[in-house]
Amino acid sequence: MHRTLTAGLAALILGLCLASLTLGPAPISAATATRALVQDLGPASVIVREIRLPRTVLAVLIGWIFGLTGAALQGLLRNPLADTAVFGAPQAAALGAVLVLYFGLVGALSWALPAAAILGALASIALVVMVAGRETTIVVLVLSGLAVGSLAGAATSLAISLSPNPFAVTEIVFWLLGSLEDRSSVHVLLAAPFIVLASALLLLAAPGLRALALGEETAASLGVRVGRLRLMVVVAAAIGTGASVAVAGSIGFVGLVAPHLVRPLVAHDPARALVPAGLAGAALLLAADCAVRVIPSGAEVKIGVLTALLGVPFFLWIIARRKADLADIPA
Amino acid sequence: MSALAAVNLQVRLGWRTVLHGVTLALEPGRLTAVVGPNGAGKSTLVRALAGLVVPSGGEVTWRGSALRAMQAGARSRALAYLPQGGTVAWPLPVRDVVALGRIPHGERPGALSREGAAAVERAMAQVGLKGFEGRPVTELSGGERARTLLARALATEAPILLADEPVAALDPRHQLIVLDVLRQRARAGAIVAVVMHDLALAARFADAVLLLDRGAVAAMGPPAEVLTERRLRESFGIEARVTMADGDLVITARGPSSGPDFP
Repeated sequence: MHRTLTAGLAALILGLCLASLTLGPAPISAATATRALVQDLGPASVIVREIRLPRTVLAVLIGWIFGLTGAALQGLLRNPLADTAVFGAPQAAALGAVLVLYFGLVGALSWALPAAAILGALASIALVVMVAGRETTIVVLVLSGLAVGSLAGAATSLAISLSPNPFAVTEIVFWLLGSLEDRSSVHVLLAAPFIVLASALLLLAAPGLRALALGEETAASLGVRVGRLRLMVVVAAAIGTGASVAVAGSIGFVGLVAPHLVRPLVAHDPARALVPAGLAGAALLLAADCAVRVIPSGAEVKIGVLTALLGVPFFLWIIARRKADLADIPA
Repeated sequence: MSALAAVNLQVRLGWRTVLHGVTLALEPGRLTAVVGPNGAGKSTLVRALAGLVVPSGGEVTWRGSALRAMQAGARSRALAYLPQGGTVAWPLPVRDVVALGRIPHGERPGALSREGAAAVERAMAQVGLKGFEGRPVTELSGGERARTLLARALATEAPILLADEPVAALDPRHQLIVLDVLRQRARAGAIVAVVMHDLALAARFADAVLLLDRGAVAAMGPPAEVLTERRLRESFGIEARVTMADGDLVITARGPSSGPDFP
């Protein structure tokens, strides 16, 4: 069952990758796009390799780490509403990136950019956890996340407005709503190492997350070092989110939705849900990135708008369905 | 030397000292009932014995060496702990929840050794969960869920079993079944300690009763020596009649005591 699911999701991602390589203003067929990757076909190769491949790879990487992070955070906090987006981490990561970028500290293609975004994400998660306290309910956690996210979003807009920047509005829109448009292979290189690191940490946490289904004390009695596990997941979540936001702006709700799609198919095991959730996240973000290119509009629809349009109703649906038990579950 | 022992164990939670120097020894082959009024420190004592809280003084030892110095993995194989009123976060099937008890042995649901699978089956059968294997644990009644979590602790097959109120949510029939299982575990050589409120059940099933009162051991010994009318008055604040009938201890509570300690 598990293997079939993984294989099915991988096939879906491959199909969506192919679609992503063929979609755009220049009409290139799937066959040509595949050939253009490996052979030099002139302009077709330039378009496929330099324009469409980076955004496709980024959609896969970012979708993967968001899905994986969402599943790990939900497992850690034993709660289906947990996600970096719910904790305001993408907005805070965007703020970190914007601060170093718009005050001229670094160029747009520097390692300092993901580093600042990671610090921003870490600060927001730490702040939310600090305000909410250790023994808290998910309601408190979500409320503090909402506050931190709004604050970071406002601070981002302010920072861009204050910087000597003629394109401030466009830039604010990019950082707050996210986009994979016009990304290059340099962006892929900036994000990939961090995403690989975060993935490794999260996958290492898998056995501990399984035991945590029984609560912190029982997990500890089963030999899990809960404090170390919590630190590992939180740091990995910040690294993955920060690196992603640094190259694509804040994209939310993929991590919230993806785990729910796969959990019933892995018997709700928080450990076995990780990889399928990552793959589902990759498929979701790829599909969204294909959709923004197909939706007829003047300028391309921002991908963060689409993920929020789909993700927020989903979030509300989970709240409505689990209202009764969300009231008193400690996070 | 084979006992699980505490020497002058002190535990502070926040500013409050919950255990004031508890000294005791739990022997293999015996079922010990830990009793005491609300807030006496029973749960804290069991958590400290399980190595889950850092004592502010004293030490817990097993087979002569400090429990907290043991590797986490080795300790989890030696000691199974069942917290009070546990819940499961996800709608996992009952069999998978019970299989989580095999984690200390490096096994997991869906990848159990032959021995592990047998332990899981045995644990489920012992607490009467036959036919529940595939049911989502979140859809069970309180008592069924409590038995599932107990089966999880049993499935570890650890030489020490510490259970915090394992029968509180159970109907009378399952209380008897579960306590009998725990006593069998003890008879097979395990150290078993069970926090419970039902003094009649404690008197009936336990080999030894540990009476905890205000964070200290008020008495420890055979049920008939510990559960006396005077101690029930002093520690629990109840007026009770304790008699022997056909070799069984019969405790009849008649009403709450009144006095300076119990306004």
